[in-house]
Amino acid sequence: MTTAPSFPRPAVSGPGAAPDPTTGAPEAQGPPPPARTRGTGRGPRRRWLRAVVLAALVLATVAFVYPLLWLLSASFKPRAEVFDNRLVPRTFTLDNYVTVWQEAPLALWLGNTVVVTVLAAGLVTVSSALVAWGFAFFRFRGRGALFGLVLATMMLPGAVTMIPTFLIWNQLGLVGTNVPLWAGNLFASAFYVFLLRQFFLGLPREPFEAARLDGANNWQMFWRIAVPLCRPALVLTLLFEAQAAWTDLMRPLIYLQDSSTFTIPRGLKALIDQFGPGGESQWEVVVTASVITTLPMILLFFLGQRHFVEGVATTGSKG
Amino acid sequence: MTAADVAPSLPTPAAGGPRATPSGRRRGRPSPSERRERNAALRFISPWIVGFLVFTAWPIVYSAYLSFTDYDVINDPTFVGLENYREMAQDPKVALSLWNTLVYTVVQVPLYTIVGLALALLLNQAGRSAGFFRTAFFIPKMTPPVAVGVLLLLLFNGQYGIVNEVLSWFGIQGPSWTTDQNWIKPGLVLISLWTVGSAVIILLAALRNVPNDLYDAARVDGAGFWRRTRAVTVPMISGALFFVVVINTIAGFQMFTEAYSAYFGAGNSTYRNDAALFYVIYLFQEGFQELHMGYASALAWLLFVVIMLVTLVQLLVSRRLVYYEGEQR
Repeated sequence: MTTAPSFPRPAVSGPGAAPDPTTGAPEAQGPPPPARTRGTGRGPRRRWLRAVVLAALVLATVAFVYPLLWLLSASFKPRAEVFDNRLVPRTFTLDNYVTVWQEAPLALWLGNTVVVTVLAAGLVTVSSALVAWGFAFFRFRGRGALFGLVLATMMLPGAVTMIPTFLIWNQLGLVGTNVPLWAGNLFASAFYVFLLRQFFLGLPREPFEAARLDGANNWQMFWRIAVPLCRPALVLTLLFEAQAAWTDLMRPLIYLQDSSTFTIPRGLKALIDQFGPGGESQWEVVVTASVITTLPMILLFFLGQRHFVEGVATTGSKG
Repeated sequence: MTAADVAPSLPTPAAGGPRATPSGRRRGRPSPSERRERNAALRFISPWIVGFLVFTAWPIVYSAYLSFTDYDVINDPTFVGLENYREMAQDPKVALSLWNTLVYTVVQVPLYTIVGLALALLLNQAGRSAGFFRTAFFIPKMTPPVAVGVLLLLLFNGQYGIVNEVLSWFGIQGPSWTTDQNWIKPGLVLISLWTVGSAVIILLAALRNVPNDLYDAARVDGAGFWRRTRAVTVPMISGALFFVVVINTIAGFQMFTEAYSAYFGAGNSTYRNDAALFYVIYLFQEGFQELHMGYASALAWLLFVVIMLVTLVQLLVSRRLVYYEGEQR
């Protein structure tokens, strides 16, 4: 379960259908199965079972996808119809988008979020790859202990370091800017170090031996050989961190004060406060801003769909 | 030193550690080539070392110190001994937020895991279409938690929400999920199930690694679906199940964004909601809104201890329950 490059190779265990063809086999050959296996009517029973499974899956899909469609549809409805729960708006309008655009500096917020997201994802990928390589390629006394420390920091709840970290940025006069939202990523992140190290460990050694004979130094071997070979894992790191940075609310709440510096989730929270339940109850504004906050993440997902799904699967098997 | 000195560390992941070094020069001074290799490694690792010292080690020490002080950021910290901890013991909001957090976690984690497992089992039967459904299940996970909070308020709205509308088809009068104190936490648990997709993917991956011959053997022995699930599937994927449980427990204890976005507004104390006051929300309010940094640090330490204890208990229990195939790591 530790073999690293688990997602380049296409789903080892095959499509989910794999168990099915085999089911008949053991019973077809050899001694007939004992009568108590409800052997009769296996064909129709199978088909019936498949139909139930399919129905359940379709129902679940509706439950998972409907809320997002509901949100999207509601953003095109006038205020009076937001709650009518119709999937296709009775009255189609773009007014909500115009209103949101006028009420809030959305372009600014989106711009801020893009800057933070790109910096956060880029920096954490580079720094974590360097550190992971340090742990994967070299051997030195105390390596196991040091790597154990890396893993231990993953267990540390963020709440414990939250206040002193704020005080550091406060001391540096950077509270109120977006620097605290990404600068910490210069120093690698334990989770990604763990993930990338697994991938580096799975690399074949021949290219490195060849490169060393050609006189390549450590740095060149890292950049020219290891990094290109581990592209899928690096893309995965980029995608995971981009999602984390884009959707984060807590740190923007802590560090950003002026509306012009907000990221889009922080801005959405401001709009909820102003137009939501405690405010003016103009839900169509909140709904539309929610769509604008969410849509880039859906796009990101479809851009890197395979990476997300395979990546999440590997995080589990490594745990 | 040649390639042979360095390269073999790559393909031997399992060795992972000092044990892997040639036993010849275990104790003595490192040879020049060993030193060179160590220094090269440390250069690569240095970003993490700096980050660890500045953003982990020092904050841990400093927050321990702060928890014994009064500190409002503007004036210097004043030492108050155990005063913060004594205050916490009497603070009704500490008890309330701890209770809320515990109730939420205790209900959410098992439900989330069971629903995740059920969907993964279904997907495992889906054949060719599994890929499509897997994607559909995962998409909600991409929704920013702030927007999940918004969806909670909208879909679970007591009068107009779609959840209550669906319930009414079956003749059930749905509760006021977002305003009734008794129904706020159930609402939060339910909306958290909407983002169960990542657990489904993890568990499905584990399911697909269960060898088929185990099922065949069980079938030959006459085990039905439930029996096979209980006797083969669950033990074989117990590692992944355990992972989902631990990760979600830690996340549950730190529940913040969905509840904060739905039920707490900046400078809007009328909308403050006791049933959704989770521990980290209270910590956040004390630290960053009231600027009681000392008190908030003490709160953080209590959370740290609680999470550590719970995780430790889970690890101990898992030793008895979790089966790792051919395990050595």
